[in-house]
Amino acid sequence: MTPRTVFAAVTTPRATYLDWNATAPLRAEVADAIAESLRRCGNPSSVHRWGRAARQALEAARRDVAALCGAAPDAVVFTSGGTEANQLALKGLPERRLIVSAIEHDSVRLARPDAAVLPALPDGRADLVALDAWLAAAARPALVSLMLANNETGAIQPVAEAARIAHAHGALLHCDAVQAAGKLPLDFRRSGADLLTLSAHKIGGPQGVGALVASPDLPLAPLWSGGGQERGRRAGTENLPGIIGFGAAARCALAGIDAYAKLAVLRDAAERRLLAIAPGARSFAATAPRLANTLCIAMPSIPAATQVMALDLAGVMVSAGSACSSGKLRRSHVLEAMGVAPDDSDCAIRVSLGWSSTERDIDHLVEAWGALYARRRASAA
Amino acid sequence: MKAAGANRPPVYLDYQATTPCDPRVVAAMLPWFTEKFGNPGSITHAYGREAAAAVERARAQLASLIGAEPREIVFTSGATESNNLALKGAAHFHRAFGKDHLVALATEHKCVIESCHALEREGFRVTFLPVGRDGLVDLAALERALEERTAIVSVMAAHNEIGVLQPLAEIAALTRPRGILFHSDAAQAVGKVRIDLAALGIDLLSISGHKFYGPKGIGALFVRRRPRARIAPLIDGGGQERGLRSGTLPTPLCVGLGEAAALAQAEMTAEAERLLGFRRRVLAGIKARVPEAVVNGDLERRLPGNLNLSFPGIPATVLMEACPGLALSTGSACTSAEIEPSYVLRALGLEDALAAASVRIGLGRFTTSEEVDFAVDTLAAAARRLAPRGVTSAAAGAT
Repeated sequence: MTPRTVFAAVTTPRATYLDWNATAPLRAEVADAIAESLRRCGNPSSVHRWGRAARQALEAARRDVAALCGAAPDAVVFTSGGTEANQLALKGLPERRLIVSAIEHDSVRLARPDAAVLPALPDGRADLVALDAWLAAAARPALVSLMLANNETGAIQPVAEAARIAHAHGALLHCDAVQAAGKLPLDFRRSGADLLTLSAHKIGGPQGVGALVASPDLPLAPLWSGGGQERGRRAGTENLPGIIGFGAAARCALAGIDAYAKLAVLRDAAERRLLAIAPGARSFAATAPRLANTLCIAMPSIPAATQVMALDLAGVMVSAGSACSSGKLRRSHVLEAMGVAPDDSDCAIRVSLGWSSTERDIDHLVEAWGALYARRRASAA
Repeated sequence: MKAAGANRPPVYLDYQATTPCDPRVVAAMLPWFTEKFGNPGSITHAYGREAAAAVERARAQLASLIGAEPREIVFTSGATESNNLALKGAAHFHRAFGKDHLVALATEHKCVIESCHALEREGFRVTFLPVGRDGLVDLAALERALEERTAIVSVMAAHNEIGVLQPLAEIAALTRPRGILFHSDAAQAVGKVRIDLAALGIDLLSISGHKFYGPKGIGALFVRRRPRARIAPLIDGGGQERGLRSGTLPTPLCVGLGEAAALAQAEMTAEAERLLGFRRRVLAGIKARVPEAVVNGDLERRLPGNLNLSFPGIPATVLMEACPGLALSTGSACTSAEIEPSYVLRALGLEDALAAASVRIGLGRFTTSEEVDFAVDTLAAAARRLAPRGVTSAAAGAT
């Protein structure tokens, strides 16, 4: 299953999906695992044979997800997705003072009104200079939240360094690895992170499932009261087909992790060619270590909404920032935190590739973007 | 018989724990897992808009089943989340208006009870109302419990262990004039019995996908718009679901829930009739051979597919072990690994020994006539074999 096989589903003759950071297509192996599971019945908490079989499948998926991120299986708590996992991490430790980086996803940034916000550097990385001083001044133990890779720019964050600083002050580190999983090797045990967030649908698994990884010894207040599922950390009947799909996706992602870095060749080509088309075009976080698949680029003086619409009409699917609440394009808080002027950030689009992206996809993007730029220049002249 | 039973999967009689996903629901969902994979939040391209349209279609299907408007439906990850969102969301929102009191039945689902306890730890007061031996709410006691400062009343529409159906309209008649929110956990009721929110004064209603042949991992909370039920969100972030529930909407699961709703709407009446016939056969068959078996909870005002029976003197765990060909349960699946007797049956006034001797028989869409006969034979034979000597006559003497 690649996006190429779905051309019939959309109206344009040629469809190029370059919005993988919003969601990735389901891997074929995952689709098979989910379809199989949907045809079985059983509540993993039931003690009869159907329930026990469901429990076994649940625990096998837990081992697969644990293997993807280098954690012990009993550290994996399944949730309904990355947003819930982030909220569980931050709201689950309410007594800790919270420090979040300015470039975090909204589900981290807006989790608690009392959060202190760590600034970002112009290259897209969080600025850790203030962290040490803030932690030293904190009256109570803190929790620091820093994502592993940014969803809009792809900038890889200094998580190990942040963890070292945090631990020196008795603070904990939460790391939102939703965009990094499957794209970078993860090692929860050695990363220094105390809590780690994962989402299935960003790695070729289904929507509606994610995980928070945290040692079972970490006292975490659950978001929801109810049955004692997930060792009392997350109540509710487990989304078993989704979790099984997550497990299958984790196996695929782990197997494909080395090949993933090669996407940088395609991404770099796209970046080079787009920058060559429009003098004044600007790529963000280009000097920081970046995810191999992500490109955040601004075409001068053409609003992002205009660009994504023109690209969509040409059959190229990209986004202007993150895909969250429907209906509105907001100015990117990420670019704002990097000090990008509003005029520039309002013209920024996100191009994100995936494991089945090809050179043809890049050609299509460059062609459509170039045509838009040429039209604009002609009408301005 | 014994050999066949060992090889065959057990007959599934645990439809209140979870239901199999209807093959028609699976078929409706599969394309949305594979070729139509867009994020419904991605408004900038066709894949995202196509997914968003599917989510809205599903929202309308679910709304139609319960007589609601589509925009009154908030998708969640399941009934546990819906119940938490309803109770904690209402309590947190209305605290600012001086309301600090909640009312719930003592027999509510564990996630409602535990949500109430969590709110107590935050300073809220909770009145847990007792129920009668029939499992039904005492309306006079409910009325007495209501205060000026009551924010919300929570009463389960259909019970997960004993299947009893509460008088929702009568409860609403007490709460609505007082400006108190009425929440009902309808995870077991939706798709099984008719619920018309256009006529019922319910303000918040919890729905679960996997309890009526939809997928696991999805549910919904109905949040009334007129008069508006105000609640605070539990999960913040991207602002999906009008800010009441952030997080990427799982398109295939939404589609599955919508399809399950459409099927239930079309088939509910006939299915209820069929299951009621099955339940009568189970009860008559068992009573004929094990007269001392007792029905827990009101038999008339009850989900058609639910039966909860106590076999005096036979611990349920022993009875279930003796019936490996049947997938039964003692009560709620969430707690079925616990051996202690059901708090629900205790609340009905059952003594511990009788409560510990109860099994839940859940019948559903894929239960066959042969399975009903097999279940009756298996259960009755086991109960007769295991019955302590003299119980039959003792029970007969007691009644």
